[in-house]
Amino acid sequence: MKCVIAGGNVKGERGLWARGGRHARGALPHPHTLSFAVLGRAVHSLSRIGDELYLEPTEGGLSLRAVNSSRSAFASFLFAPLFFQLYEPGSTGPDTELFRCKVHMKSFLGIFRSLPSLEKSVGKCLILLKPRASRLVLQLHCKYGVTKTHNLAFQECERLQAVFDTQRCASRLCAPARVLAEAVVHFPLTLAEVTLGTGPGGKIGLRNYVEEEAELSKTMVTELWLAEDEFQSVAMAPGSHITFCLKEFRGLLSFAEASNLPLTIHFDEPGRPVIFTLDDTVLEVHLVLATLSDLESNSQSPSTNGVSHLPAPSDDFPDDLESYMVAMETSEGGLEGPPSPTFPLRTPRPAESQPEEEEEEEEEGAVPGTPPHKKVRGGCAWGQRVGRASS
Amino acid sequence: ASLDNARHLSSLLRAVHFQDHATCVATASGLRVTVEDAKCIQANAFIQAEIFQEFSVQEESVMFRISLSVLLDCLTIFGTSSLPGTSTALRMCYRGYGYPLMLFLEEGGVVTVCKINTQEPDELLDFDFCSTKVVNKIILQSEGLREAFAELDMTSEVLQITMSPDKPYFRLSTFGNAGSAHLDYPRDSDLMEAFHCTQTQTNRYKISLLKPSTKALALSCKVSIRTDAQGFLSLQYMIRNEDGQICFVEYYCCPDENMSEAEL
Repeated sequence: MKCVIAGGNVKGERGLWARGGRHARGALPHPHTLSFAVLGRAVHSLSRIGDELYLEPTEGGLSLRAVNSSRSAFASFLFAPLFFQLYEPGSTGPDTELFRCKVHMKSFLGIFRSLPSLEKSVGKCLILLKPRASRLVLQLHCKYGVTKTHNLAFQECERLQAVFDTQRCASRLCAPARVLAEAVVHFPLTLAEVTLGTGPGGKIGLRNYVEEEAELSKTMVTELWLAEDEFQSVAMAPGSHITFCLKEFRGLLSFAEASNLPLTIHFDEPGRPVIFTLDDTVLEVHLVLATLSDLESNSQSPSTNGVSHLPAPSDDFPDDLESYMVAMETSEGGLEGPPSPTFPLRTPRPAESQPEEEEEEEEEGAVPGTPPHKKVRGGCAWGQRVGRASS
Repeated sequence: ASLDNARHLSSLLRAVHFQDHATCVATASGLRVTVEDAKCIQANAFIQAEIFQEFSVQEESVMFRISLSVLLDCLTIFGTSSLPGTSTALRMCYRGYGYPLMLFLEEGGVVTVCKINTQEPDELLDFDFCSTKVVNKIILQSEGLREAFAELDMTSEVLQITMSPDKPYFRLSTFGNAGSAHLDYPRDSDLMEAFHCTQTQTNRYKISLLKPSTKALALSCKVSIRTDAQGFLSLQYMIRNEDGQICFVEYYCCPDENMSEAEL
């Protein structure tokens, strides 16, 4: 896979990046002259989600993804071929798929550490995936003719995909990122969960989520109401509300604000994932967060794959893998699976260690709502129901 | 010696302050402060006699060892922030062997007197680095290197420097946990003030030893990078002080002996 991204400073261009005759064909300069800055911000956003960055080149563009350790948050940034000055996903044969890999988030983020100075100095960025050398190469062409080359080690991985469908969501809100950013600023940075819901007079409110066990006299409750006209579009079922993790949302919000894109929130019943999307001609962003399911809506417990019934806390996962796999297999019968490698247990590849294998199984099909340690209580658990795959 | 603005001295000393102790040598031409570490690295700060309002040395040269941390604390006793118009005036006296270094500092009518004990000077390393033995030499504008040094991958044990008459001309490489990183400066870059490389040389230096030189780099406007046949590195930083006077700080470093195959 090979691609070239334009940066803000185009004076520093030198013809060093052309490798071999066939890459010498000129590519049209893209109107997004600050594409590199957008990529950098996307990486910063993804770093708020998980410790590993998944890179997947597809015919539709380059996808960067991340998932958090408890599998309750998933984000993907899809950069269309037009985003790049040059985009070559690589060759696929009848038996080979496009190469994908994952790198340590810290290593990748280190390259984009100081965005403001990079924005000023980078003229062009070349990303090259070298499977045989096991290296992901990022080459930045900066001003004064300086070239920065980073050779990052990567690991091969399976496809990371959360199964979600925005079409099946009953409610939808669309607002300029600025409106949401200004609303969210009132909540403390340490706040974990926030509830978004409808209120009297058609207003939309944000309220910090307080756990039942907490003493109300010692907790501060912040409530914020927004009028319908602050949003670009509102389609909310009356009385609907969802609770999700604010921390993970903030990462996407700062990206949306910087890129000046409107943010769309798709949600359904409590317990079903909330999906935040950003759409642009050359970029598609999705953030899927698990939501807290209500005690009241437990009667509608998901039967499609029984994920939320699984009591296994993350530490016991390896032991429960067996029973989990059985549950998945039996209940997934009617579901149309995503186009990923075959489901049954595979023998791990030689270089991979045990955690890699677990991850493999988890990623295929549903992203299970492994209950984060603090939330398991009674019949209530973080659930993440899955719908049909959205391609 | 007396100095109208103590900052002319303190900022230079900070650029070499990576060890607690320093050796000071005063001769008719000026003051030289030397800091060493691990018998591999030596930093020198030169403050010429001309920078001082008054500078006299009675013997040919006087040499003593002193705590650089204490010296810096005293020089900046009135605070380190530089308000326009205010400066600390300094007067330094050293009576000779065994006597403490006396500092008289005055700012806004307030006078502080400091007495710092001196010690026997240690023998200093002699890198024997003279211009005739230089194999490769480049002079760069510091602006181009500052960010690079500040962002060096510290998980790498070494900093590898390649200098060559052919590509990549001048390359800084690190080999850290994330993988390897290379920073290339072409010979025709606007940042390159002088480029005299006769031979391709690749040398590795312990990154922990070179990292303190970032302070000197931050203060400087130009830096000259030279290596000799044995791979010893000389970094000379040209620093312009607040009054526009030029001072020099130099770092000498030995190449790392455990050279293994360079990863790419």
